[in-house]
Amino acid sequence: MSEISAISIKNLSLNLGGAPILDNISLEIASGEFIGVLGTNGAGKTTLFRAILGLIPPASGEIRVLGAPVTRGNADIGYLPQARNLNPQLRLSAREFLKSAWRGQHWGLPLYGREAEAAIERILGLSQAQELANRPISELSGGERQRLLIAQSLLGNPKILLLDEPLISLDPARQQATIHLVRQIGLEMKLTILFSAHELNPLLGSLDRVLYLGRGQAALGAVAEVITAPVLSKLYGTDIEVITVNNRIFVMASGAELGLEAHLHEHDHDHGHHHD
Amino acid sequence: MITGIIMTEYGFLYTALAGSTIVALVGAMIGYFLVLRNQTFAGHALSHIGFAGATGAVLVGLSPFWGLIAFSGIAGVLMGALGEKLAGRDIAIGMILSLSLGLGLLFLHFYTAFATQLTALLFGNVLGIDPAMLMPLALIATFTLAALALLSRPLIFASLQPELAEARGVSLRGISMLFLGLSGLAIALCAQIVGMLLVFTLLIGPAAAAQRLTIRIVPGLVLSVIFALAMCWGGIGLAVLTDWPTSFCITALSALIYGFSLFKN
Repeated sequence: MSEISAISIKNLSLNLGGAPILDNISLEIASGEFIGVLGTNGAGKTTLFRAILGLIPPASGEIRVLGAPVTRGNADIGYLPQARNLNPQLRLSAREFLKSAWRGQHWGLPLYGREAEAAIERILGLSQAQELANRPISELSGGERQRLLIAQSLLGNPKILLLDEPLISLDPARQQATIHLVRQIGLEMKLTILFSAHELNPLLGSLDRVLYLGRGQAALGAVAEVITAPVLSKLYGTDIEVITVNNRIFVMASGAELGLEAHLHEHDHDHGHHHD
Repeated sequence: MITGIIMTEYGFLYTALAGSTIVALVGAMIGYFLVLRNQTFAGHALSHIGFAGATGAVLVGLSPFWGLIAFSGIAGVLMGALGEKLAGRDIAIGMILSLSLGLGLLFLHFYTAFATQLTALLFGNVLGIDPAMLMPLALIATFTLAALALLSRPLIFASLQPELAEARGVSLRGISMLFLGLSGLAIALCAQIVGMLLVFTLLIGPAAAAQRLTIRIVPGLVLSVIFALAMCWGGIGLAVLTDWPTSFCITALSALIYGFSLFKN
């Protein structure tokens, strides 16, 4: 280990509203890795991201980002929150949306200079979103909105990207396009990427390692090491079968596919979830 | 001597135009952000809470204007502090605003001499503004706009990308408390022109129309101010010509401008 880990987690426990989410996990993510973060709804993917961003203090243990302790507002981390929280009625241009994040935490007037314009042109180019810049957010499709959020996560030249469910509500073709785009940007900018998803299969060809969360535990490793019956049975707390068909992997519990079940479950949750 | 008569005769008009110009500026700016943040109903509720403050102040021998300012301003800060707990709680907000109107009525019941001013409080009477009110209006307006200018950058960030803003160190609750507090002040100003019940027309009408016509923030703010000024000046002009209530003329122009904005695209 000559290089410092991009993210180093030691004996980390996280609670949310008193409930334990992650229990004593340890892992090291090397610089430049593309990590698929998997697990059912509530397994702690978003919570882990928010802890890395410094928004949730660890109950115990430690997280280090690029060798330094976690700090809120760390400019080295780019973050893509879940797209469903983006106000779909927003009658503002995509460019205004991106600009608002340019040193948006500072007090004062919303005057963004040439430096901001240049930075925004650059991230629009990187995420192939130039043609979206002058369109209102309310008129963008799901895939276009996702590209805009990817562009946003690149603002400020981060070294690490935390992408929270960028594939949600996209059709398979758009999912592949999104993964391909993220992979390409990651290589170009030498980024470490944590990419959370409900389903493993779309990511199979792109990820370096997989981080699987379940029942407070975490397993990090190559797909062949982690997506196995013994490891997943432990994470789910039930007997799991792993079946590979035509290079696609199906995770089954009592004969039903788990990935799909998690997805349906997720939609149920959406009904009660309103964000203003 | 003739000039003297003209001055006396049109003095009220000067006061009305000056007062409504001050208020339109603040209302249009604050309103733009209320629309951007989907908090228009909260704005409506704050004016009703202010009504209880205004009548309560009269009951204890204070000026209704300061009661209104204090109540809607403090209620705004509290609403911001409750934040997510109130988001989407239209019924809870509706109950609070009805209760406030009810309380206002109770206070009036104990202080019957004030009833004559009730219509002005509820529906506004811009032509009856006391010239001595211009100075406090201007001071509160200046304070509100200066604070909004300081707040505007993180406010836009927090409104458009709340989770990212939070990750970058912006306190969403702090921003919300400050902004809704300022909204309370803006609402108290607007109530001086169109009255509590019609605050929506001055606060939200121009801003909503502006947001339909441009997808950029600074031009949107400018347009919102232009619409608000046009509504106020036009409304006062129409009222003088027709002798109809000014507040009616302003609401009619507000609806007209918003109606036209719907035809764009």
